[in-house]
Amino acid sequence: MPQPPTDSHNPKGAPGPARRLRLDDLAATAALAGHLATAVSAGDCLALSGDLGTGKTSFARALLAALGVDEEVPSPTFALVQTYQAGPLAVAHFDLYRLDDPDDVAELGFDDALDTGLVLVEWPDRLGAALPEDRLDICFTLADGVRMATLRPQGSWSHRLDGLPP
Amino acid sequence: MTLVLGIETSCDETAAAVVADDRRILSNVVLSQIEDHRAFGGVVPEIAARAHVSALDGLIRRALDEAGLALSAVDGIAATAGPGLIGGVIVGLVTAKALCAAAAKPLLAVNHLEGHALTPRLVSGMAFPYLLLLVSGGHCQLLVVAGVGRYRRLGTTIDDAIGEAFDKTAKLLDLGFPGGPAVERAAARGDAGRFSLPRPLAGRPGCDFSFSGLKTALRERAAALPQPLAAQDRADLAASFQDVVGALVIERTERAMGLSGKMPLVVAGGVAANGALRRRLEALAAQHGVPFVAPPPALCTDNGAMIAWAGLERLQLGLVDPLDVAPRARWPLDPLAAAPGAKA
Repeated sequence: MPQPPTDSHNPKGAPGPARRLRLDDLAATAALAGHLATAVSAGDCLALSGDLGTGKTSFARALLAALGVDEEVPSPTFALVQTYQAGPLAVAHFDLYRLDDPDDVAELGFDDALDTGLVLVEWPDRLGAALPEDRLDICFTLADGVRMATLRPQGSWSHRLDGLPP
Repeated sequence: MTLVLGIETSCDETAAAVVADDRRILSNVVLSQIEDHRAFGGVVPEIAARAHVSALDGLIRRALDEAGLALSAVDGIAATAGPGLIGGVIVGLVTAKALCAAAAKPLLAVNHLEGHALTPRLVSGMAFPYLLLLVSGGHCQLLVVAGVGRYRRLGTTIDDAIGEAFDKTAKLLDLGFPGGPAVERAAARGDAGRFSLPRPLAGRPGCDFSFSGLKTALRERAAALPQPLAAQDRADLAASFQDVVGALVIERTERAMGLSGKMPLVVAGGVAANGALRRRLEALAAQHGVPFVAPPPALCTDNGAMIAWAGLERLQLGLVDPLDVAPRARWPLDPLAAAPGAKA
């Protein structure tokens, strides 16, 4: 498997260009989720970061809906992980908010989930060294009433957003 | 006399208890409430199944010792088989299976939510049916409890659990931990009328809850104030939050009362310890002329006695489980309400 190019500033692989999107309402979140739903497959990791109340779980819910999951999508904060089946695609939705020891990630089955399906992870900073190098970082911010999502492709994701609408 | 040992490991607590069919709790041991819990393996399990593993056998021993019983004296062994964090559930259920196999006892695989739902019968011998409001760190549901195994879910949260909303509000306002009591304390010094917050789903048909949007609104209100937040600002925000959550719960519960017909109102789960919420629910029940029951806090938060009691009720009905019963991370009490596409 070819290694992504590296440079001294980013030993984990060259990121693709960042995209900033304004999410004015749930419809905008759903549109972003709808585009990404066409791009994801088993083995992918979407790392959803941002403070409390900035829209991480709302995005995850929209993505699961776009993938065809019509079950309830509760906040995974309490249970730490919720799993779904979107047709043939297994999806694991992690929320590491309550975690303080990266060693606990192994017990949650994070690696297994990544081996067998799509992984959505909130509070990915808690992963430490377990954070996959290949991933799409999506950072949510809310300031002055404006919600933004910044997409930063890492590793193999660097060209995978090329076909998506701006 | 029927005696059942109950084991609870479905989330953050490791717990074991013994109850009798005359509603006596012979023992009720919860790891986090034992001062010297280090003797049981060092940590209160939060995430790690291994922490449940290291603590559980000693805790079961202690529950039997406090009850003054040998394992051979119990009539059945109950364990939470879901819903919850799967690692912990597996530990408790497999332990119960091993004990059942070794001591030739019947296994009762209990739904954690059923444990909460049947607790009023352990506490006060309450007759079926009743309307249950379950408010905890992981859940927010309204259920008609019609009998053992007969539950009709009228509503549930479509996003955050109510306890989670309190915890995250405490975090946003930097009020400390645990979040529920911290918000309640701050709210007691605050002006609930100062900030207007949205009331998600209020006035909509059905009995579902939504708390996620409140978090965002609170964040925006807080961001508009001088930083760092003054103590009074934080208290006023906490009071406004608690007031709006209370109003939402009352509005949804009153709607459920209309759907269920006249029956007693029971509140259970850790958030039932919130005094402000409890007073509003009490007033609502009085206004509708129905009894109001809230189990004591130790039986509202996760515990082994509720699992033992639910197991005992199932044992009395012959609802025994085979030793190959599977743990379930997801296990709605009312399969109809939770079916794909169903809207409560």
